[in-house]
Amino acid sequence: MAKRIDVSDLNIYYGNFLAVEGVNVSIEPRSITALIGPSGCGKSTFLRSINRMHEVIPGGRVEGKIVMDGQDLYGPDVDPVDVRRQIGMVFQRPNPFPTMSIYENVAAGIRLNAKKMKKSDLDDLVERSLRGANLWIEVKDRLNRPGAGLSGGQQQRLCIARAIAVEPDVLLMDEPASALDPISTLAIEDLMADLKERFTIVIVTHNMQQAARVSEQTGFFNLNGVGQPGRLIEFNPTEKIFSNPDEKATEDYISGRFG
Amino acid sequence: MSQISTASVATGGSAPSGPRRSERTGRLPNWALWACFAGAAVVVGALWPVFDLNIALFVLYTVVLGTLAVYLLTRTTEGSRRATDRLVTCLVVSAFGLAMVPLVSLVWEVVSRGAARLDGEFFSSSLVGIVGEGGGAYHAIMGTLIITALTTLISVPIGLMTAIFLVEYARGRLKRAITFMVDVMTGIPSIVAGLFAYALFAIFLGPGIRLGIMGAIALSVLMIPVVVRSAEEVLKLVPNELREASYALGVPKWRTIVKVVIPTAIAGLGTGVTLAIARVVGETAPLLITLGITNATNVNAFDSRMATLPVYAYYQLTQPGVPPQFATDRAWTAALVLIILVMGLNVVARFISRFFAPKSGR
Repeated sequence: MAKRIDVSDLNIYYGNFLAVEGVNVSIEPRSITALIGPSGCGKSTFLRSINRMHEVIPGGRVEGKIVMDGQDLYGPDVDPVDVRRQIGMVFQRPNPFPTMSIYENVAAGIRLNAKKMKKSDLDDLVERSLRGANLWIEVKDRLNRPGAGLSGGQQQRLCIARAIAVEPDVLLMDEPASALDPISTLAIEDLMADLKERFTIVIVTHNMQQAARVSEQTGFFNLNGVGQPGRLIEFNPTEKIFSNPDEKATEDYISGRFG
Repeated sequence: MSQISTASVATGGSAPSGPRRSERTGRLPNWALWACFAGAAVVVGALWPVFDLNIALFVLYTVVLGTLAVYLLTRTTEGSRRATDRLVTCLVVSAFGLAMVPLVSLVWEVVSRGAARLDGEFFSSSLVGIVGEGGGAYHAIMGTLIITALTTLISVPIGLMTAIFLVEYARGRLKRAITFMVDVMTGIPSIVAGLFAYALFAIFLGPGIRLGIMGAIALSVLMIPVVVRSAEEVLKLVPNELREASYALGVPKWRTIVKVVIPTAIAGLGTGVTLAIARVVGETAPLLITLGITNATNVNAFDSRMATLPVYAYYQLTQPGVPPQFATDRAWTAALVLIILVMGLNVVARFISRFFAPKSGR
């Protein structure tokens, strides 16, 4: 299931504007990789380029290579839709489909792709995904109620259930807990620890304690100034980043000297 | 020195501190404001014989005088800030009242004159063999319903797809060009649309041709831009996050549009379409050219003339026959039925938006 991702010499553009420059990184399977850095440094942009969500934005394009277990994600014959089936994503703001019930939201990946599946299998999948997202006990009696009626933290876990229901190889999370209170955040973090047994997880976060708590590897993004491209300054095991980073800039950021 | 102290006493005893120096702190009871208007009415009423007023002038002078009285009274007791507030309130309410005058009087006039013939016969018989009394608008009502249905059938798919293209796919120069064309189409005078449809069919079927479908096409020219505009606005309101959530599940773009964007926007789309129908249902000029009028019932839109309610009303009023009373009554009733139709459509639109709106479930 979980796959390894190798990024080499990746440049990411918005139109003619170079947003992220020269990223080289290897993301290990069955682990959590955290990306930290100040606002606007390109960590979300980089995350979105991994499952080709970046090119949804008009003018968005990349140069370089992203290889997942030997498969070049930006190869000429690769359908971005297929890439996104293998690499799921959870967004900053919980975004359940407002027209769908809790059940339908979880089943959305199957239903929207018009995959045929027996009702009982689908029921199993929904239950498994909701259990996987630690939400089953709270919603099992109201699966047919609208997903928008849940609390913010529950909605975010619903979105995670929706993302893991399509059984991707990699799960990208773009500040998944930044809109949530500490208790919901804790629930999401516990969940990530469970999920990393099955998925490769990449998480963007503004919260350095969170990165330190959950991740094995940490990448620090930074930019030299406004209008300059963002760069991956340092990529190391989380313990090393937070105790004895190689780069001065990383140490400054982590110790709160800027950003 | 003594002058300054009297001034501060006159401001109601509040300490003259900082910028708010001359605020009066008195408080007017609510009835005082109504009393102003009542007094104004009495004064103007007393002047009625002197100036030979009518009811409209009476109301106008009363409102002006009452507003003035409220302003001056408030200014002397509660200060200039409250006075300005009251003045603007009076102006806004007066403007609202003024705007309601034509609407209310129109509805009143049409209902009072049209109610006389709002009977079973009006809805069940046509004008075949009718010279004076009796007769109805069955053929015109059927004609209006058929033409409107055909127009909707043509306009809604074209309009919706154009809107989807504009919001989801088009960008740059092409998008601007289409938006501009739609804007231009919105402003086309309806008679031009009628002439266009007439000229189009005259090329193939010869001059003097009158068909129901011609009317539907003429009305489509008017309805499509309205549908595009309203659908575009509604589709733009669908949060981008939902599209991204769908893409991230590996759903292709077209499926995202069909299964996520449109269901989310369905309430607004339904409302927009219904209001667009209401907009064209009473259109007269293009139908005058393309459909003509007939006294018999014709439900085949591809064969000869058809009657419609607006054109029916027009001909009943302009060519009433002798005596004119009966035809004039029918014209008013046709107008009333049209208004009821449009009001009905607006009510339907409200129900659509309430019924289909995404539910929060709390």
